[in-house]
Amino acid sequence: MKSLVEAAKALAEGFATTFNHLFRRPVTEEYPEVHRVLPARTRARIVLTLDPDGEERCVACYLCSAVCPVSCISMQSAEKEDGRRYASWFRINFARCIYCGLCEEACPTSAIQLTPYFETCERDILRLVYEKEDLLVQHQGKDKEYNFYKVAGVVTRLAGKGEHAREEKPVNVKTNLP
Amino acid sequence: MIMWFAGLILLIVKLAVVLGFLLFLAAYLVWVERKFLARLQIRYGPNRAGRYGLLQPIADTVKMLTKEDTIPDGADKGLFCLAPAVVAMTAMLMFAVVPFGPELSVFGRKVPLVITDLNIGLLFVFALSSLGVYGVALGGWASNSKYSLLGGIRGAAQMISYELALGLSLVPIVMLARSFSVVDIVQAQERYPFILVQPVAFVIFMISAMAESKRIPFDLPEAENELVAGFHTEYSGIRFGLFFLGEYVHMQVLGALVAVLFLGGWRGPFLPPPVWLFIKIILVVLFMIWTRGTLPRLRYDQLMTLGWKMLIPLALLNIVVTGAVVLF
Repeated sequence: MKSLVEAAKALAEGFATTFNHLFRRPVTEEYPEVHRVLPARTRARIVLTLDPDGEERCVACYLCSAVCPVSCISMQSAEKEDGRRYASWFRINFARCIYCGLCEEACPTSAIQLTPYFETCERDILRLVYEKEDLLVQHQGKDKEYNFYKVAGVVTRLAGKGEHAREEKPVNVKTNLP
Repeated sequence: MIMWFAGLILLIVKLAVVLGFLLFLAAYLVWVERKFLARLQIRYGPNRAGRYGLLQPIADTVKMLTKEDTIPDGADKGLFCLAPAVVAMTAMLMFAVVPFGPELSVFGRKVPLVITDLNIGLLFVFALSSLGVYGVALGGWASNSKYSLLGGIRGAAQMISYELALGLSLVPIVMLARSFSVVDIVQAQERYPFILVQPVAFVIFMISAMAESKRIPFDLPEAENELVAGFHTEYSGIRFGLFFLGEYVHMQVLGALVAVLFLGGWRGPFLPPPVWLFIKIILVVLFMIWTRGTLPRLRYDQLMTLGWKMLIPLALLNIVVTGAVVLF
């Protein structure tokens, strides 16, 4: 008898709880009408950024292409007159991309970056193949200050540390000592 | 001869109206269920197709009609095609004995507002609801899939246990009304609805009815987290649609039965009788949806225990007590 009363009480409690939920405001975000602001580090549409001097960051090192688990990045490296490398073409197949962000992690120059913009769907799958001019953007992305040529810091056949064109002198780390 | 034709036309008109209403309501019950359930779970539910998602049932119907209709290899084709029809048909036929108003007089002719007033109406309902089990069990067996088979077996076992409680819970009603005819039972509730004198029978009938219509918390035959979709796993397109339709028509019929047997049927003040019946059906159906949003699914053995060890003895006791009261 006691357990029967307890069961009835438990049932009534459950029904009351669900009934109260009827009068709550739904928590649903209605997507096409309401665009939620996504965190800055959300991984979606990939871009190629410029350095603060306004030049392409990409040096066509193929690291992103190598690390890509679905092999959706391809490019061709070329050299400018001053001997620096760039990508003569750069292609990302977004139909294959899984937005894992490994390319961004592998990139030594912060050129390739993922942005929170995700509404890239197309009716025709071939339109998801983005060429270099589709990927290039006119800003620095998430890494505003970074200019890799200024801090390259290696000795080559042509010049010593900090002596290449547009390279800054190495920082004397000992000046920071107390 | 003319009278005979007039009777035939009248019958066809009644059939068309009731069937059309039944199917229309079944489609919109899906919408009601999805909306109501969504609000219980603090969501919006369908709201894209038309205002408040009101065109959703139409969109769903078009979708189901245009989907590919597959029959799995190794399925028993005949039975596979028959099963959904059995489920939908038995559910719709049950409504034939439900009265939706008192006798009307049209051009001096008496027109009973019921499709057919069988003098064994209740037995007819039980016979059809037992036949409906064949749709589930055969559909599960004919699909040639382990999930379907398990669902079908569960369906059969569950219905056998609950059919009994369902039938026994109504014996006191028959004793009070002194008739198996549904029309007479409504007639007998002229002064007070039977829920006031038979609350135990009402509870037993509600529980058994929910088990009979295979709804949460008794949806073991379809138990999606264990059996994919149970007995209709292998069905697609409009055959699946027929199972779906059968389920929702069944809900309405059970709502109508609860209304007719316990809540006084079409009786009520101010509004016309069919509207009262409609309101009562909707209330019962809303309660079933509310239950779906509240209770978890019972385990197989709990289901059996509840059926055989609690509901059936309780129903028998109820019969004895009612019999004693009626006798003395």
